[in-house]
Amino acid sequence: MATLKDIQLKITGVKKTKQITKAMNMVAASRLRGAQSMMDAFRPYAGKFAEVLGSLADSAGEEASPLLIPRDEIKKINIVLFTSDRGLCGGFNSNLIDKAAAFAKEKVETGASVSFTCFGKKGRDWARKSGRDIIDEYIGIVGSRFDFSVASKSGKELVDGFLEGEFDEVYTVYSQFLSAGRQVPIIAQLLPIPPIETEEEYTADEDAPFMAEHICEPSADELLGELLPKNVCVQLYSGLLETSTSEHAARMAAMDNATTACSDMIDNLSLVYNKARQAAITADLMDIVGGAEALKG
Amino acid sequence: MAQNLKLEVVTPEKAVINEEVQIVVAPGSLGEFGILAGHTPFLSTLKTGVLRYKDTGGSEHFIFVSSGFAEALPDKVTILAESAERRRDIDVERAKSALERARKRLEKKKEDMDFIRARAALERAIHRMNIVN
Repeated sequence: MATLKDIQLKITGVKKTKQITKAMNMVAASRLRGAQSMMDAFRPYAGKFAEVLGSLADSAGEEASPLLIPRDEIKKINIVLFTSDRGLCGGFNSNLIDKAAAFAKEKVETGASVSFTCFGKKGRDWARKSGRDIIDEYIGIVGSRFDFSVASKSGKELVDGFLEGEFDEVYTVYSQFLSAGRQVPIIAQLLPIPPIETEEEYTADEDAPFMAEHICEPSADELLGELLPKNVCVQLYSGLLETSTSEHAARMAAMDNATTACSDMIDNLSLVYNKARQAAITADLMDIVGGAEALKG
Repeated sequence: MAQNLKLEVVTPEKAVINEEVQIVVAPGSLGEFGILAGHTPFLSTLKTGVLRYKDTGGSEHFIFVSSGFAEALPDKVTILAESAERRRDIDVERAKSALERARKRLEKKKEDMDFIRARAALERAIHRMNIVN
């Protein structure tokens, strides 16, 4: 059996761990608020963007942009994998990586080669270790404060890669933030841009007289040609925001669990400690009583 | 009597402006255009440049915008830009150093240099400085 001192040491250790997990929980909570406010700030832009894009796509032809046209033969696929830079957030990263790996496997079976663009260290490390082809990596962005320029830079590279035939399809794997307690890994097609039908009917009904016909400058097709690459950046930015927010939420939950587990452990250890202490006292008393009896004799 | 219209300037990071204005003058990619209330629905891409508007009190304001587009409806103008800064939000030092940097890069004229990017950076810096001065 462990000695009293051992148990006490252990209790001190667990208490320190608990302090750390609690602090991390609080840090994650405040970062989560920050990330959520960034998401809120982005919403008006994203909403308006989708609306304009929807109404344009309606009026412009299908062949307005090469970004819209699916390739006949899919040989090269790029997966943009969003993960966090740091661990200690439960199954967050492994969920994302599993999803991406399963998806990549599925695609490889159809005869395509799969490469990766990694946002976040965890995904990058995984891709490296498993010998994947990494096109590009962005470290130190997910989970921190970033601005739109990151998304617009990487978006431009992906669009260029697509146009030059480096990739035939581009997908994103990111974590969708549903609530503080629920984040789901999602696969979405980035390029070629899937047919845009978001909220079209709804906007058409709501303000039909206004949305019906815009005068466009330059022409609707040209406008669409400008906006579609930007749409890729918008998607990437929203992926970044969702993943960052999810990361903090996941870490908060993981650290909350850890703190609870620490409390349980401390309770159990204290019980063991007290029992051992009492056993020691009893043993000491027995010794004294025994000694006194012997002296009397 | 001129009516007012609503001006909204949003970037991915925040809503920069949301207020009633008399007139908006925006740097469209095919030329500058002005919008008053009652404008027909209109959509245009914007150049990097200066957006002007007159608020309800009649005083004029200048805003830096880059890579954006504008949607005008009879009672509302929405500007979506990757960056938009009011005069007081412009970081003068940063703009100055960006200006210097872009100039130097353009002077060097190396072959592998990203000419378009340097030009764009120069343009942004110049417009920022223009607003401040």
